[in-house]
Amino acid sequence: MTEASPVRVLNSDLPLSPADDAARSISPPALVAHRFLLWLKSPRPYLMLVGFTLFIGFWYLAVEVWQLPRFSEMPGPTVVVREWFSRNPTYGLSIFTPEYYMHIWVSTRRVAIAFFLATAIGVPLGLFLGWSERFKQYVFPVFELLRPIPPLAWVPLAIVMFKGSETPIIFLTFLASFYATALNTMLGVESIDVSYTRAASCLGATRWQVFRHVIVPGSMPFIFTGLQISVGVAWFSLVAGEMVSGQYGLGYVINTSYTMVRYPTIVIGMITLGIVGYVTSAIVRLVGAYLMQWRTRELALGGDR
Amino acid sequence: MSVQPAATYIDPAMSAQPARKGGVRITDVVKVYGTAGAGVLAVDHCTFDVPPGEITVVVGPSGCGKTTLLNAIAGFHSISSGSIHLDDELLCGRQKLKALPGPDRIVVFQNGALFPWKTNIENVTFGPIMQGRLSRTEAYEKARDMMADAGLRGIEHNYPGEISSGVRRRVEIVRALMNDPKILLLDEPYRALDSLTKSVMHEALLEIFYKNRVTIFFITHDLEEAIFLGHRVVIMTTRPCRPKKILDIDIPHPRDYSVLTAKRFREFMDETAAAVHEEAIKAFAAGEKER
Repeated sequence: MTEASPVRVLNSDLPLSPADDAARSISPPALVAHRFLLWLKSPRPYLMLVGFTLFIGFWYLAVEVWQLPRFSEMPGPTVVVREWFSRNPTYGLSIFTPEYYMHIWVSTRRVAIAFFLATAIGVPLGLFLGWSERFKQYVFPVFELLRPIPPLAWVPLAIVMFKGSETPIIFLTFLASFYATALNTMLGVESIDVSYTRAASCLGATRWQVFRHVIVPGSMPFIFTGLQISVGVAWFSLVAGEMVSGQYGLGYVINTSYTMVRYPTIVIGMITLGIVGYVTSAIVRLVGAYLMQWRTRELALGGDR
Repeated sequence: MSVQPAATYIDPAMSAQPARKGGVRITDVVKVYGTAGAGVLAVDHCTFDVPPGEITVVVGPSGCGKTTLLNAIAGFHSISSGSIHLDDELLCGRQKLKALPGPDRIVVFQNGALFPWKTNIENVTFGPIMQGRLSRTEAYEKARDMMADAGLRGIEHNYPGEISSGVRRRVEIVRALMNDPKILLLDEPYRALDSLTKSVMHEALLEIFYKNRVTIFFITHDLEEAIFLGHRVVIMTTRPCRPKKILDIDIPHPRDYSVLTAKRFREFMDETAAAVHEEAIKAFAAGEKER
């Protein structure tokens, strides 16, 4: 990541050198192109390719060539790929059927709503937990007692508490995300070196200004670690929720395909979950890098000097 | 122990300007950590003066309690008894054991405390803007001038993580000076630097001092650094900390690195090395750890 990032190119010169000014004025598309070229020149894309080849190769050999004992019932990669890209899929779901996108959309929407709720509630809660000892003493024991309860254990209560099938699923998806976000944010506040808050109060900042200018930005790296975990756990509690109720969504696809013996469709659902999940956490990572330019630049220069 | 009046030498850089401020009087300060029954005595009936407009360096073994004293002046910690005055104004004493932190006493921290999430100029303008003393434009203008003065032109919009640690220390001192503090409290600021950078930083600090004439309270465990920088050097005993020896260093200012080889400098080193060494041995025997 750090090796190929353009930031390194921008700032590896002394800050005062004219080369730096020149680098700063590069246009964004040129920067992206430059970054891509650097990536191509590094060994990373080729190693990635080797990794995928090995994984899919093993799958192919185990299922379709050797037909190992427990693997014989499984769909092999060629079957899955043929089904996935078929204009007329045997089991009714491929990239050419509108339903496929309906499932993706419904799942993504649920995750998005749950994730934003978890962030909107979890980040402020975590900030106050870390900031105020008194507040933590009230709230944290309850929080710690609720946290180990797995989302699946909430299923019955969620169905009793919320109407319809949509809100219970969103609630279940929200739960795990919320814990991850709040806890990481709290740890982020606690990780801030006391020198920073002391320096700020030396410089005449009020308690609220310290919160705004030191506590919030200082815990950002932890908050974004929390959000990445949060978006990941959102996907897996979503699937748990969708397997229990609902009529759309990728978890629903996997579950019904199992009961209806559409094995290739199960794998299509799984791969799609992997891709969509990867994209969402990449988006969170990008937003984090954008909001924490200082950190990106610092890391690009080789970390803690 | 020479207890002469401070101005026994002629100092052209300083004699021109009147009304020195930032004198600190530490009177009989005691600090006990923990409860009264099972406490640890960190500072033991400590009394000395930090003369205004001068550099006072406190030397002592690591962990001796000298930082406790600095924290009491800054307002980060309370004291147990005694009093501390700044220019005859009570900072902390019997009625209030903890001083309020404020921009008249600014600390430069051991490991540096520039906010890494703010650019250098945002750091430098932080004080005046938070206090509402200057508008954003005024603050930026003043910051640009002061940074240029300190040889920091061109890095205003970089982040602290992008500049070397030596330059970071300079930015941090400029950030402090932006508030026109009465006294700068430096807590072993050059401890983490290599000796070459350190020597450059010493001269840079003296240059800043000659320009701004701000009172400096400097903590270190490095005797050479203490004698090179200080008008007054206070050698502390190991924990509990108490002044063991107070010296007025009569080597004329402005000083530069040639001072290190001067005869008078070696005399001061010889005179004090034994005392410092003795405390270091005591600290070692008491099992005081490097902090």
